[in-house]
Amino acid sequence: MPDPILPVSIPSVSPVPAAPPILQVSGLHKWFGPLHVLQGIDFSVAAGERVAIIGGSGSGKSTFLRCLNFMEMPTAGRIALDGTPLGRAVGKAAPGKPDEVRYPESELCRVRERVGMVFQQFNLFPHMTVLENAMEGLVTVKRMKKAEARERALRELDKVGLGGKTDVYPGRLSGGQQQRVAIARALAMEPEILLFDEPTSSLDPELVGEVLRVIRQLAEEGRTMLLVTHELGFAYHFATKVIFLADGVFHEVGTPDEVLKHPRQERTRAFLERFTEFSF
Amino acid sequence: MSYQWDFSPVLTRWPLLLDGLLNTVKIAAIAIVFGVLVGLVLALLRLSPRRYLRLPAAAFVEFYRNTPPIVHFFWFFYALPVVLNISLDPLVAAVLALSTQSGAFYAEVFRGGIRSIERGQWEGAKALGMTHTQLMRRIVVPQAATRMIAPFVERSFELIKTTALASTLAYGELLYQAMMVNSETFRPLEVYTTVALLYLVLLVSCSALARVAEARLTAYR
Repeated sequence: MPDPILPVSIPSVSPVPAAPPILQVSGLHKWFGPLHVLQGIDFSVAAGERVAIIGGSGSGKSTFLRCLNFMEMPTAGRIALDGTPLGRAVGKAAPGKPDEVRYPESELCRVRERVGMVFQQFNLFPHMTVLENAMEGLVTVKRMKKAEARERALRELDKVGLGGKTDVYPGRLSGGQQQRVAIARALAMEPEILLFDEPTSSLDPELVGEVLRVIRQLAEEGRTMLLVTHELGFAYHFATKVIFLADGVFHEVGTPDEVLKHPRQERTRAFLERFTEFSF
Repeated sequence: MSYQWDFSPVLTRWPLLLDGLLNTVKIAAIAIVFGVLVGLVLALLRLSPRRYLRLPAAAFVEFYRNTPPIVHFFWFFYALPVVLNISLDPLVAAVLALSTQSGAFYAEVFRGGIRSIERGQWEGAKALGMTHTQLMRRIVVPQAATRMIAPFVERSFELIKTTALASTLAYGELLYQAMMVNSETFRPLEVYTTVALLYLVLLVSCSALARVAEARLTAYR
């Protein structure tokens, strides 16, 4: 099936093995009560890398992504930004247990400024116009002057093709438009890494394309991005690296060709077959 | 029925009733202001992650929810002075009773409004790097406020009507003044009909005001 969004793969900009990782995760575990969702993950992402994370529902892929900007607090493990581990270990919670790590709010806020996120449900602020949504982080978090923030917000809204909708409230927009505003809002903060948590999963099928096109454009700019998605075709063209997550561990990691076309693991193959079952 | 209606003895005493009406408005206004303050503090305590802050606030709310308002009036007027060894002005006692009562209920209105804001809004704000204070001020409270209007108005109407209990402390609000007029005129039918109509007019005008305010605040929907 021809892919209307990405006819050709985007040349990978820089996954030079020597590039130092921006974000580094080691021994990441996440428990939700008795549920062991992430079972020890080591991972790092370097500038210019684009990582697609795939897996069944309940595999932990969203939870993993959400740990990276502390939307979820890791139960164990450390996350380092630019080589500096985040949080402060405050000694053993119990003998044999991992160190308990505390995160001061200021540190979390700083990380989130640098690691932006786009959500499945957009999470736009309904009491603000499109422009105000895109300016909010700049004005409130970065304490930028209104005029300057406005200029940058307009630039990002133009980029996602919504320069003409600045004074509209999000409730008046289609899902695809709302998600593009959400992308502009994240972009305005000029994050070093962008996290996409199933950005097209709550969209009507005919609206998926306009959002993927924007993400493709960001890929062409060489941005560092992580994408949790069910759009395997898009993942294939988008990613420099694909991760198949199952049962809270990385089951298979490799280039899009390796993981999506020539998977080595039986589990990966079974997962991919479910997607191609009804294709023509 | 052969009863001869005669409002004139009541209406000629309108300055007394007007005085009462103004006192009703005054006591209600003061009690709403203090009630909101009490409510805000209680709501913050109840939303706190710390149990030792949450539990006393919850107990306070439960106490007021499960005791009759008139008991609070009597307690503040007759019982508290014994504890403090002072005497309380009826106005002060009535305001204390009204603002603690309504504070307990306002707290639930505030808390409910804040908790009604979807998790996605908190996350959307956090993901931009906002601190808890910033996200409350910019994202959560402005949206919660519009959802609080209707229950807030409802509670305030309860409060306005409950001010009539201040008559039991001989505070000169509308009902107390009416009782005075009645004892002079012996026209209970006319007196209490007039009083009921005055309360009606007061509350209907308040509700018109509230609708205007609500329309302004929720213009974005």
